[in-house]
Amino acid sequence: MSSVLLRTTPAVRGALRAGALRPAAAAASTSFVRGKATLPDLQYDYGALEPYISGKIMELHHKKHHQTYVTGLNTALETIGEAESKGDFTKAATVAPLLNFHGGGHLNHTLFWENLAPASREGGGQPDGALLKSINEDFGSFDTFRKQMNTALAGIQGSGWAWLAKDKQSGTLGIITRANQDPVSGPYAPLMGIDAWEHAYYLQYENRKAEYFDAIWNVINWKTVASRFEKA
Amino acid sequence: MVNFGNIWQYLAVQSPLQATFSGNSTTMNIKTYSLPELPYAYDALEPHISGQIMKLHHSGHHQAYVTNLNKALKVHASALSAGDIAAQVALQPVIKFNAGGHINHALFWTNLAPAGTPETLFPDAAPTLSAEIDKTWGSFDKFKEAFAKELLGIQGSGWGWLVKAGPSSLRIVTAKDQDPIVGGEVPIFGVDMWEHAYYLQYLNGKAKYVDSIWNVINWKTAESRFQAGHGDFFADLKSLL
Ligand SMILES: [Fe+2]
Ligand SMILES: [Fe+2]
Repeated sequence: MSSVLLRTTPAVRGALRAGALRPAAAAASTSFVRGKATLPDLQYDYGALEPYISGKIMELHHKKHHQTYVTGLNTALETIGEAESKGDFTKAATVAPLLNFHGGGHLNHTLFWENLAPASREGGGQPDGALLKSINEDFGSFDTFRKQMNTALAGIQGSGWAWLAKDKQSGTLGIITRANQDPVSGPYAPLMGIDAWEHAYYLQYENRKAEYFDAIWNVINWKTVASRFEKA
Repeated sequence: MVNFGNIWQYLAVQSPLQATFSGNSTTMNIKTYSLPELPYAYDALEPHISGQIMKLHHSGHHQAYVTNLNKALKVHASALSAGDIAAQVALQPVIKFNAGGHINHALFWTNLAPAGTPETLFPDAAPTLSAEIDKTWGSFDKFKEAFAKELLGIQGSGWGWLVKAGPSSLRIVTAKDQDPIVGGEVPIFGVDMWEHAYYLQYLNGKAKYVDSIWNVINWKTAESRFQAGHGDFFADLKSLL
């Protein structure tokens, strides 16, 4: 069974987290070291989530969409850095929405790739242990949680995300939706996210988004979600 | 912190209305909206917008806004007669979203036309509007540049519109999701920037979609919306829906 493979698979998580902000390699000539966001590698092939998410979607989503957020984030950071060095704080403030959008896009997609896995490996099934216990306590059952998550996804008006999140103070779990690329932050720790932008499913599911929301449960990486749950 | 993103679930759980759905003798007369027919064939905008996109967009997406609008209005009418103020308030965003989707798409279909038809000829089909565009932006190219910049700057789903803000005042505005232009401004033409409007053909290349759409703008419709008074425009819109 896949759970055996799951336990012998080397840690998938560190690589992505470290990849989120990596110092530029050749920064020797500049007087300060600048952090640059880079596109993290996927821990599986583009086609590995088929038939639930097509390889073409994954490739465009990672190589094009996510890359655009990475590029946009670096541009926003640069603009803010320049504005700051000139004391132009008005300019810096006007870039804030771009920083939120592209920074959020980078963060959200990085978390998303990590909380997916091929159905033949860690993907799918149900969580176990402390995470399952918490889900049962806060939602009644895993099935109820799943239904509520799909209802939240279906109710998003426009582009956005739905997340299973943990309230860091109380420790309770809940479902949070976010518009566009607004990240989950503040008192909540994102455990598992599902991208509800049309680019995440349209080439395969067209306007039948409910089918995508149903299918994606086959490739949720509960091992990643459990580890986020424990650390949050 | 459970987020009731879906109003139907909210109403099913929270509202005493369910009891009034059936078996209530009070039936309010509310208008049922329907999907307007396209004034051209699905593939008539090719190669700029594919027939497959047009078909899904019209018979799938637009139809869903119409269906959900009718559903929401029906529940809202029951909430009105039941005096359920909480349900009425909870329904506002659903009505706005779906009515906006209906209005925006109805305006969109009629502000497009097959490339090469007289309607798409600029400036010939829009003599007074084109003059006003030149006055406002300096040239048609500069206007197109400014419009594209606004469209491509939308973060998420939304629309870009050329609107008439006063007797001779043009402006480019963007609106998120399905927020409609229903205030003091008259929308002259709009471009749908939801990914469903271009993804099957242009994938992530939305700049190319924006570039192509100029070939299928119905300048005749734009001209008549530009010339219409605020009241006339909204009377026309009503007849479209
Ligand atoms: Fe995405
Ligand atoms: Fe649309």
